[in-house]
Amino acid sequence: MKIVVCIKQVPDTTEVKINPQTGTLIREGVPSIMNPDDKGGLELALQLKDKYGAHVTVITMGLPQAEDILREALAMGVDRAILLTDRKLGGADTLATSNALAGALRNIEHDLIITGRQAIDGDTAQVGPQIAEHLDLPQVSYLENLEYDGKKTFTIRKQTEEGYQMLEVDAPCLVTVLAPAFKARYMSVSGIVEAYGREVEVWGADKIDVADEKIGKAGSPTSVAKAFPKSLKPAGEQYDVDPEQAVGIIVSKLKEKFII
Amino acid sequence: MDFNLSKTEELFLQMIREFAEKEVKPLAAEIDEQERFPIETVEKMGKIGLMGIPIPKQYGGAGGTNMMYGMAVEELSRVCGTTGVVLSAHTSLCAAPILENGTEEQKMKYLPKLASGEWVGAFGLTEPNAGTDAAGQQTTAVLDGEEWVLNGSKIFITNGGYAHVYIIIAMTDKSLGTKGISAFIVEKGTPGFSIGKKEMKMGIRGSATTELIFENCRIPKDNLLGKIGGGFAIAMKTLDGGRIGIAAQALGIAQGAMDETIKYTKERKQFGRSISQFQNTQFQMADLETKVQAARLLVRSAHYKKDNGIPYSVDAAMAKLFCAETAMEVTTKAVQFHGGYGYTREYPVERMMRDAKITEIYEGTSEVQRMVIAGKLFKK
Amino acid sequence: MDTTQYKDVYVFCEQREGVIQSVALELLGKARELADTLNEKVVAILLGKDIKAKAQDLIAAGADKVLVVDNDVLKYYLTEPYTQAITQIINEQKPSILMIGATTIGRDLGPRLSARVCTGLTADCTKLEIGEERELLMTRPAFGGNLMATIVCKNHRPQMSTVRPGVMKKMTPDAARKGEVVDYQIAFNQEKISRVRLLNTVKEDKGMVDISEAKILVSGGRGVGNAEGFKKLEDLAAVLNAQVSSSRACVDAGIIDHSRQVGQTGKTVRPDLYIACGISGAIQHLAGMEESEFIVAINKDKFAPIFNVADVGIVGDANKILPMLTERLKGMME
Repeated sequence: MKIVVCIKQVPDTTEVKINPQTGTLIREGVPSIMNPDDKGGLELALQLKDKYGAHVTVITMGLPQAEDILREALAMGVDRAILLTDRKLGGADTLATSNALAGALRNIEHDLIITGRQAIDGDTAQVGPQIAEHLDLPQVSYLENLEYDGKKTFTIRKQTEEGYQMLEVDAPCLVTVLAPAFKARYMSVSGIVEAYGREVEVWGADKIDVADEKIGKAGSPTSVAKAFPKSLKPAGEQYDVDPEQAVGIIVSKLKEKFII
Repeated sequence: MDFNLSKTEELFLQMIREFAEKEVKPLAAEIDEQERFPIETVEKMGKIGLMGIPIPKQYGGAGGTNMMYGMAVEELSRVCGTTGVVLSAHTSLCAAPILENGTEEQKMKYLPKLASGEWVGAFGLTEPNAGTDAAGQQTTAVLDGEEWVLNGSKIFITNGGYAHVYIIIAMTDKSLGTKGISAFIVEKGTPGFSIGKKEMKMGIRGSATTELIFENCRIPKDNLLGKIGGGFAIAMKTLDGGRIGIAAQALGIAQGAMDETIKYTKERKQFGRSISQFQNTQFQMADLETKVQAARLLVRSAHYKKDNGIPYSVDAAMAKLFCAETAMEVTTKAVQFHGGYGYTREYPVERMMRDAKITEIYEGTSEVQRMVIAGKLFKK
Repeated sequence: MDTTQYKDVYVFCEQREGVIQSVALELLGKARELADTLNEKVVAILLGKDIKAKAQDLIAAGADKVLVVDNDVLKYYLTEPYTQAITQIINEQKPSILMIGATTIGRDLGPRLSARVCTGLTADCTKLEIGEERELLMTRPAFGGNLMATIVCKNHRPQMSTVRPGVMKKMTPDAARKGEVVDYQIAFNQEKISRVRLLNTVKEDKGMVDISEAKILVSGGRGVGNAEGFKKLEDLAAVLNAQVSSSRACVDAGIIDHSRQVGQTGKTVRPDLYIACGISGAIQHLAGMEESEFIVAINKDKFAPIFNVADVGIVGDANKILPMLTERLKGMME
């Protein structure tokens, strides 16, 4: 089985803070990480590698420094790593991003494509299904488990709000996963030792068969008209008191609001 | 020497920090409280290769550097001093002497299982009457046909009982003094070898510290490590490496106490402001931070020398001396900054203070380190 | 693309087992407002099996027209048949705007559809307005909720967005409203549909209620620490007849199920009372709960951002305060 996992380098948005005076983002010192859902997807791929001897490729589209997460993926145990990076690909919305990635994926053998459900910097959850459409592959989002008959068919358990669905899906297909469904393994020490000695293939836009008007800013139907800091309602009162008094304050406020 | 970490080391640090935070920290208070060996952590460490960091790949190790190993001990100790010493004793005191002195057969037999964590390692030198004066060994080993027969006992043995492989230092010819001391590999379960009393300790309470008893314990002739009479040199060299491990442990404990104190002094308010805003806090913390950073440089420079084949025994002594004393100072002050809470088990600094103390004692007391350093100073 | 050929505001009205989902009615309410501004119509798309009877509910909720596709392949949601049905509707009807609820279904369907019809899609919108050039202004949290971004889709139609459940306001249902119900025929491509086969659907009682429906939430974060801490939340919740929810930290730590996560990657909640315990208030979390009617925050860090949205902020240890609060309330209830 040939698996390709699409991963993305994202700022760790949980580390982003707001300057309380200006209401602007404090971006300095925010570490870049492998997107958590993508890491879950990578774990699924590695479990399938352990189970079926699958060959796992990771691909990321981004700036040159996105190489870092490819090294991490190598240290976790993937077989091949590809960095798709080109100025022409910049400024892309989800549709243009999915066009570029689909173009690259056409040039990589695959029975299964795995993406994270969504990236924590964009939270769109769109790129996975859009890639599937461009490649004319069936898609299953929110995958919880996957079995492979070794030939043509995946049996997939898909998480739903009410429980789960069992689906039978023809290969090749694309699935998306959530981080909590697959707790990612640690990089192994030997994997780390070897990671920087291994090859990371760097692909430019010339390596993908997609027209220029379908990628980057030109290929993006949507654009940002404006961005602005979120307005927060004015803060209420703050009490720095001992626990006994705190309980009294909470109880009296709840009474005041007729909540109790 | 390059003061920046390499890309590989940075990647390793990312992994070990996450591992320490998620797998080790949540158990730290519990294993201390229950005086329980963290066997589940050892299994997890083995699985990802942490039990064999500096062991070459051909012997099943990760093929990493001693620098990386030191970073691992530091980061583990930052959240749990016990876990740090389990790894340190295993790697520095058991795997390393086999790697450095073992025959090809011994390396092939022991290193892969030590590296995978299937077997834990330990080292037996100290005896009731031979502590700092290691030459006073009373455990004996006598060759009887194809077997060595060991008699005697060892005390304060880290990983005792949980370890499968023990490097045992014993006297093979008393008349030769230190030249009559040899090193042996003894496996758990060998008839005549038993685990004695388990020590009840002040700190690193999750680590197993026991007595080892040898009563006509017969081991194959081939279990001699190195040459006959080479045991004292092996022990001293092993301790040189071990000292950097303990230095890294002390450094980790100190850093952990710094982390906790920074967090606490920012949260804790007295007289209407965070205690981190008081100049007394700031100046003392600035001094401690400087010492911790100096300690880290000593550890890294010692490991750099070890990795590059440069003599490091004095560096190891200086690193251990300074890190241990820094750990004791930082943790003691950390408790003070925490006030009454610091004295309770609600906050981890009291555990860190208890854990720090041993680093001034084992694998050569601070006094022994001073002897080593002064010995070099006044040589010739 | 001649965008002037496209008109009317379309809403994909999600149903599950014949039950129209609340978000569909919220979207119709918003669509009504947008269509009135544009002086266009609201068209509801209703896909399923034996669901035609529900069309009137959609009209009552604001639709002028309901396109009903009744077919066996639409009985349960599956990506391909739903995409085929709506693609044909888009190609034939040329809607200007298409809104989809940002549920698990909508967020699976929306992107697939947008790629098939080659148009833009804006995810998880929290605000929709009509701009000066009659364009749709789609506002959504960006960068993990740290910023708000207004997105436009200038030269492609339809302008598609998925919309966060619980954000838009439903109309008061008006049973007297009149509208047209159209049976829409779709030429399904069975071969493509057959690539995914539904074997069975299993409902699991996860012992959970939907936290977005709860009136009172007692929510825990990193400061509560562990399962033992969450027990204290449950005790308080029991007294208040509330539900327990959580920030992402505790979900990631495996202390609590993902279904109870509030925030950007979890659920948006608007309870009457939200008690945030040991939650620092990362912006992602605030995005999911700041619309709550009344917010009480307990946190050790005086500067925790949660205090910026709290009506009552208590600087202190939730682990100490909660049991005392529970006892006090218990006493009062008796």
